[in-house]
Amino acid sequence: MAIKVRIPTPLRKITNGSDEVAAEGCNISEVIENLETNYPGLKERICEADGKLRRFVNIYLNDEDIRFKKNLETELKENDEISIIPAIAGGKF
Amino acid sequence: MSYMKALKCRECGKEYAKEALHVCELCFGPLEVIYEYDKIKEVLTREIIEKRAPNMWRYRELLPLDNEPSVGAQVGFTPLVRAHNLGKALGLKELYIKNDAVNFPTLSFKDRVVSVAISRARELGFKIVACASTGNLANSVAANAAACGMESYVFIPYDLEKTKIMGTIVYGATVVGIKGTYDEVNRLCSEIAGKYGWAFVNINIRPYYAEGSKTFGYEIAEQLGWKLPKNIIVPMAGGSLITKISKSFKEFIKLGFVEDTGTKVFGAQATGCSPIINAVKEGSELIRPVKPNTIAKSLAIGNPADGYYSAKVMRESGGWGESVTDEEIISAMKLLAETEGIFAETAGGVTLGVTKKLIEQGRINKDESVVVCVTGNGLKTQEALNGHLSEPTIINSRLSEFEDLVKANGKEYVVKA
Repeated sequence: MAIKVRIPTPLRKITNGSDEVAAEGCNISEVIENLETNYPGLKERICEADGKLRRFVNIYLNDEDIRFKKNLETELKENDEISIIPAIAGGKF
Repeated sequence: MSYMKALKCRECGKEYAKEALHVCELCFGPLEVIYEYDKIKEVLTREIIEKRAPNMWRYRELLPLDNEPSVGAQVGFTPLVRAHNLGKALGLKELYIKNDAVNFPTLSFKDRVVSVAISRARELGFKIVACASTGNLANSVAANAAACGMESYVFIPYDLEKTKIMGTIVYGATVVGIKGTYDEVNRLCSEIAGKYGWAFVNINIRPYYAEGSKTFGYEIAEQLGWKLPKNIIVPMAGGSLITKISKSFKEFIKLGFVEDTGTKVFGAQATGCSPIINAVKEGSELIRPVKPNTIAKSLAIGNPADGYYSAKVMRESGGWGESVTDEEIISAMKLLAETEGIFAETAGGVTLGVTKKLIEQGRINKDESVVVCVTGNGLKTQEALNGHLSEPTIINSRLSEFEDLVKANGKEYVVKA
């Protein structure tokens, strides 16, 4: 499944400056693993050692916070858009 | 002499130099100022503090500046009022109001954080200060920037109380009203801060700014005779004040200035915007953002930056949180005014309303000391009372008309022959 991922400024060093990258996966976890393969080092920036999302990292699927869906297990469909956003920048409703 | 050591990530512990940073680049956690407490303990005593001028800088060793403050020399040391009348009305033995409605210069506790933030911004070489605000911060940034000759930009939700907008523009600030909620204003400001490189007091200067709130707690402890209250009720918007009051008490304990008597910390929000209270009641670590709808506009932050840590402070201290409706807010504002002669803004109504509720629920012990935090002035949010107060009686300037009025009111007074 092809997914679009928006990258926040502090992580763009890892994505060679890109603010949007393409990734593959059927749920958020798979997308993160796929990003890690293509951009090594990205996963540890957004996840704890046990794989859980860091507290001050928000991931939005099409503008909805995944914590209020199925979190990392949230399923994805073709052409979904994911945004990774530092919590401190403010969230959405 | 500065005792500020570094900035440190509250989440992963990574340390950073004392610059204009607020987010950990490693894990995105918020950064906090750390101090050399061992050295502070060698130079600072209660007696030294007591001899200093009555303003918040009497605790300067515990504030994040490298040099002397350059703005707001008179801020703080507001009254801690022993509220006998209100205490009686609520059935409390020992009630105090910490009254920042009379803080200098803009009548809210924000003067504390802003004088620290702007002084620090100047140390870091900034020429322009800015903020995202629900009103009180706007007033304070504009006034304090004017006082030290800096240019200021203030970003607010466009539908704020008129008094708060005028009380910002009058100081010569550039005021931008954003069509959206505070959270949307904040989001835009994060982008502007990144692009323009200005000192946004509550964004890129936030670690320093937030430390100013500690002085609210230090003063309470000192004014209680170097004692901590058993219960304290704090209004919450972004949740920074409640965490810093808690930090101030812990620092005083660490320095040996007060005994650890187990203060229960309670948080107050309006029911129309209570994301932190919801999390406390659900026992959840997650703060679910809400869309605010309340007359307590100064507390209308739907996505509180320090929500997680605020909930933690309440939980760990044995406190709790409650919320009140707009009607309860207004009735509490009137109660405070009628019993103590203190006209607090809507947020004060929230805090007192919640206090009342917590007493009714038995969460606050009526025999213990209680401090209610009033953080802003009622003159700024008068429109909230429209239609809720009686109208003045209009008469002609004739004694007979006045006497008819007295008679109509059914009252009798002793009169001279």
